[in-house]
Amino acid sequence: MNTAVLPATQAAPAPARKRRRVLPGFAPTLGFTLFYLSLLVLIPLCAVFLKSASHGTEAFWAAATSPRVLASYRLSFGAALLGAFINVIFGFILAWSLVRYDFFGKKLVDALIDLPFALPTAVAGIALTALYAPNGWMGQWLEPLGIKVAFTPLGVLIALIFIGLPFVVRTVQPVLEDLDTELEEAAASLGAHRWQAFRLVVLPMLTPALLTGFALAFARAVGEYGSVIFIAGNMPMVSEITPLMIITKLEQYDYVGATTIAVVMLVFSFVLLLGINGLQAWSLRRNGLDGKR
Amino acid sequence: MAGSAATLGRARSAGHYQGNPATAEKRWVRYTLLTLGLAFFALFLLLPLAAVFTEALRKGWDTYLASLIEPDAVSAIKLTLIAAVIAVPLNIVFGVSAAWAITKHDFRGKQLLITLIDLPFSVSPVVAGLIYVLIFGAQGWFGPWLQEHDIKVIFAVPGIVLATVFVTFPFVARELIPLMQAQGRDEEEAATVLGASGFRTFWHVTLPNIKWGLLYGVILCNARAFGEFGAVSVVSGHIRGQTNTLPLQVEILYNEYQFAAAFAVASLLALLALVTLGLKQFVEWQASRNVVKEEA
Repeated sequence: MNTAVLPATQAAPAPARKRRRVLPGFAPTLGFTLFYLSLLVLIPLCAVFLKSASHGTEAFWAAATSPRVLASYRLSFGAALLGAFINVIFGFILAWSLVRYDFFGKKLVDALIDLPFALPTAVAGIALTALYAPNGWMGQWLEPLGIKVAFTPLGVLIALIFIGLPFVVRTVQPVLEDLDTELEEAAASLGAHRWQAFRLVVLPMLTPALLTGFALAFARAVGEYGSVIFIAGNMPMVSEITPLMIITKLEQYDYVGATTIAVVMLVFSFVLLLGINGLQAWSLRRNGLDGKR
Repeated sequence: MAGSAATLGRARSAGHYQGNPATAEKRWVRYTLLTLGLAFFALFLLLPLAAVFTEALRKGWDTYLASLIEPDAVSAIKLTLIAAVIAVPLNIVFGVSAAWAITKHDFRGKQLLITLIDLPFSVSPVVAGLIYVLIFGAQGWFGPWLQEHDIKVIFAVPGIVLATVFVTFPFVARELIPLMQAQGRDEEEAATVLGASGFRTFWHVTLPNIKWGLLYGVILCNARAFGEFGAVSVVSGHIRGQTNTLPLQVEILYNEYQFAAAFAVASLLALLALVTLGLKQFVEWQASRNVVKEEA
């Protein structure tokens, strides 16, 4: 079972001399893969960088740091960070409940966790807006308390929590399932309380998965558009998210502005992607070793 | 995206943990965690889902059905289907061929290629739409040439298809790569040594082994193709009856304060999402059954 989760480098040790290719179809499949990838993804992405570079650094800097755009970074990144943090806590509790406890409707809950992946973002957006609008199911209780959710940054946060939840649950759940109970038994037999065993034994083993889930939820939330724009209210300087700024600039035919913000977002997501890959490799290594002991 | 079919089918029962004093929590801890988790689940997942259907039926069944057979809605359904019917098969061919090259052969830069295939997942959908506007739009690289030859890509169906292909790009490949990596090459090598052609090897040896994983990827790919909003919104131009997909139709109706109609169309998409989750569950169950059968 553990071979499945070992990193590829361990599963297939590099041969000293060149191995002869046994299986056919290498050139056509790799050729098609590279062609399709370049045509649809790599070349179009390069277009953004070329376009933004063609206007000089000054125009780039001015467009990337205008006050309205800066305000949108603050909202997008701030709400995404906070949303991912909330999701780590509750995503962990849900993953733990699904693996370790029995309860009525468990199968249904497990299946519906993926709803944010399957539900189109526009549908999620209007549903959340209807719920949290002043006359909605939730809004009518929150409004008298002075809490405004729809059409404020708080609404953005709610949408980003919705969109990020499955990332945390689905990265933590399989690791938790694979965890050997022997380690907790050893901790208990050495006199650890349940809380100590959890904090000192279980939690360190889950850390890579929790961090990966956090990073995935965060990355998705920063770029999210559909579920946010309905509930955000989109007031300049207050509740405009960064992807919306790109659309706004495009609608004003400000291509320099749009591509500049896109470059900022792309660079950020590449860095995050590298980080996530590193985290996942770390997580696999850690689990591989844990399995062997 | 969520737990590949390759790694399914090994969950222990909860009794395994709660029957063992070393891994069981006190009763109040258990109930507190369960209450917190399920309350969060109900608040953030169940409630929005319930809201879609309640709002859709607020004005009764007649209005509901009327807003689904209205011409603009029907043409949106058609366009959504067209985009998915083109994008999904393209990405299946790509996914299978990428997985074959990556898992059945050794070459330099393999890890980089895997990362690049994942790239569309980490790009904001709005940026995904923008890149095609920069290439095919009026001000883009090919804009003048396309205008001369009277070909429309942006604000037309080809642009919508391109954007859909981009956002659904990695689904099949990233489902198949870990699965085929775990299965190794022995069976294919045996078939080849015995004289089977490459295509025959794939069809009779590889495909039966990966069919559930492939189906899993296709289901996720299809769900995203039907529901994509941000990327399609940038390239569509929102021309009613012509370049509106279902999610864009939802937006237009909503912005025109036709809430019942917006939620009616949305409920169609929500139903589709529930069907997707059901199919996904079925495929996971089948895949785990196969694992158990092979181990026995």
